[in-house]
Amino acid sequence: MKVPREYYKSLKDLPREESLTPGSPLCAGCGGLATLRLFHKVLGENVVIVNAAGCMTLMAVYPYTPLRSSWLYTNMASAAAGAQGVRDALDILRAQRRLSPHEDLKVLVLAGDGATYDMGLSSTSAAIHRGLDFWYLCYDNEAYGNTGFQTSPASPLGSQTSTSPLGTVELKKDIFEIWRAHQPPYVATICAHDPVDLAEKVHRSLRFVGPKLFLALAVCPPGWGFEPELGDELARLAIETGVWPLKEAVHGEVRHTYVPNRFRPVEDYLRPQHRFRHLFEPARRDDLLNQIQNNVDAYWRNVKAAKEAYVAATVTTS
Amino acid sequence: MVRKLLTGNSAAAWGARLAEVNYVPAFPITPQTEIIEMLAEWFARGEMHGKFVTFDSEHSMLTAAGAAAATGVRTFTATSSQGLLYAVEALYTISGWRVPLVLVNVSRALAAPITLGPDHNDVLATRDSGFVQLHCETCQEVLDTVLMAFRIAEDPRVCLPVLVNLDGFYLSFTREGVEIPDAEQTRDFVGPFAAKQPVFRATTPLAQGVAVLDGSTYSFFRYQVHRAMQNAMHAYAQASTDFAQRFGRYWGATEAYCLDDADFVLAMAGSFATKGKAAVDRWRRQGHRVGLLRLRMIRPQPFAELVAALSDRRAVGVIDQNLSPGLGGILFQELAGVAARMPSPPGIMCSFIGGLGGKDIGQAEFDHVLEELETARPDQLRAEPELLFTRRDWERTEAQLGQAGTSPEKVTV
Repeated sequence: MKVPREYYKSLKDLPREESLTPGSPLCAGCGGLATLRLFHKVLGENVVIVNAAGCMTLMAVYPYTPLRSSWLYTNMASAAAGAQGVRDALDILRAQRRLSPHEDLKVLVLAGDGATYDMGLSSTSAAIHRGLDFWYLCYDNEAYGNTGFQTSPASPLGSQTSTSPLGTVELKKDIFEIWRAHQPPYVATICAHDPVDLAEKVHRSLRFVGPKLFLALAVCPPGWGFEPELGDELARLAIETGVWPLKEAVHGEVRHTYVPNRFRPVEDYLRPQHRFRHLFEPARRDDLLNQIQNNVDAYWRNVKAAKEAYVAATVTTS
Repeated sequence: MVRKLLTGNSAAAWGARLAEVNYVPAFPITPQTEIIEMLAEWFARGEMHGKFVTFDSEHSMLTAAGAAAATGVRTFTATSSQGLLYAVEALYTISGWRVPLVLVNVSRALAAPITLGPDHNDVLATRDSGFVQLHCETCQEVLDTVLMAFRIAEDPRVCLPVLVNLDGFYLSFTREGVEIPDAEQTRDFVGPFAAKQPVFRATTPLAQGVAVLDGSTYSFFRYQVHRAMQNAMHAYAQASTDFAQRFGRYWGATEAYCLDDADFVLAMAGSFATKGKAAVDRWRRQGHRVGLLRLRMIRPQPFAELVAALSDRRAVGVIDQNLSPGLGGILFQELAGVAARMPSPPGIMCSFIGGLGGKDIGQAEFDHVLEELETARPDQLRAEPELLFTRRDWERTEAQLGQAGTSPEKVTV
């Protein structure tokens, strides 16, 4: 089930302009880079990207940058605060007529899941709380990827990382709900596998003043352990198994923008990835596999229940 | 021009106001709060223009300050102690961005144990961050130095952030008569803000703070910060001369108090120098040739002035209100480093540690230091600094330890 799309109806509708030019030192098949390319196309030009320490730090290595837009490398914990400083300064200059409108910039924080879920949370929470007018794009590859794939709070249950050789024992932190609890005008999950859904959401966010927050599943060939050409297939499986729900919350109200008609078993998504291999070899770990499947099922049961409750309430009131 | 009784904190706030800063990111910490409260009030009343924004931490606050300066707005902020250390990462980042801004630090000793009284371990922990660092003794000096700091930071040869330090409590909450110059005069002195470094604009995309993975290129950029710091020496000289011409007050990189004919010299920084000067006066009245060298500019190190001030002295005693455990006084090491490179260094250099965590340095302690300087022999090996700790300090400590059910003997290693 797909929600009706208002602006971007097919791939052909996506802008042809590229803000991200070819050539960067990032890994082959990087899902984060693919996401940024699509995201930036729709966000448009005249952007300053405020970067937190992470994989994307290596996108601009002196003397090169693949970006047509501006770039500010801050610190790992304070990219959102850097965005606040830039936005405030631009607003001050605009108010004092020291900056013409065509020189103004959109401010986009670019951060990995490490910076987003861990040490950057304080500064991001504060920026959302202040109602900062900015975009936030988290490329979530579910670990500290840049440093060699160590566990982060985004690492899913059972996934092997270089600091959890026996598999992650904690559940993935629900950053979407943490963000949503701040009541920003717009929050969405996206995935480069569905560029139209992604483009539609970025476009929808353009009308809001305030925090516009995006959580993107970023497939990671070296960290997850798969061949780069399988990246899009894995992203598709993440969506079709229900592991990665595509959703948005406009002023707090959640709706799922795509619900698979028939959910594939999560095993289909886990099996091709080296980080989950220990769930299948040398002995099958039914306990963990069931737990992962049950968690996904429980999530979607709640979605269904919430929707039915909403429909029932609407019927009653009307 | 009006003359008012102002605390050190209000003098700092007045400096920012007169410099017509447009952006103040803030986070509260004792004893800095009065500064940001005054600025918040002035922005709210429309007496200052731009934006006052509160942050979740000093780390965020300094990042935002640097980012705003990198976008071309005159920026001021203030912190203290734990807050300054929490922001240290951002300090190095900002100096690397080569953006001008002014940060006031209200010195307060560091945890643990947590305390409120001042010493200089907080501010000296940032001396290698690439911030120009200026230490004030009086409230007037705080206001004047904040104004000068913007001139230095925004000098095209410098483009570096400047830290202005004042001691918590002893200066932050002490009222002194302060001349508040007229806004037109200060506007003329500081000048309108026009960013000298590239700033973020839509038509001129800019990559700021990009990764530099090549060691040679990294060395080049970091050394540029060092060279800009050396340029800050010239910018400072011009700013202080110009300031003196306009306002009648001269603030040198160092202050020489009764130094001309002094054989024995006290060297120290901050508000306690006032106590040191009183000791010099008393000893002078008794015919001793003593003087005081006040260290105002810590970075860049005013090498030439220090050489001139230290040359041919019989003995120099450095009173450090800081402690580098396992080494001793930080400023002593800085001056010893100067002495090692000058042709006629002081005959003797002695290191004293005093005034930690707001502990007073009393008359008796200054007398002791000056006696030590006069009686010290060049053939003595002075491996250890001397801790200024009176019998009364000892009794006080003993009483508190007693109340806690222990004794100095039991807890001393």
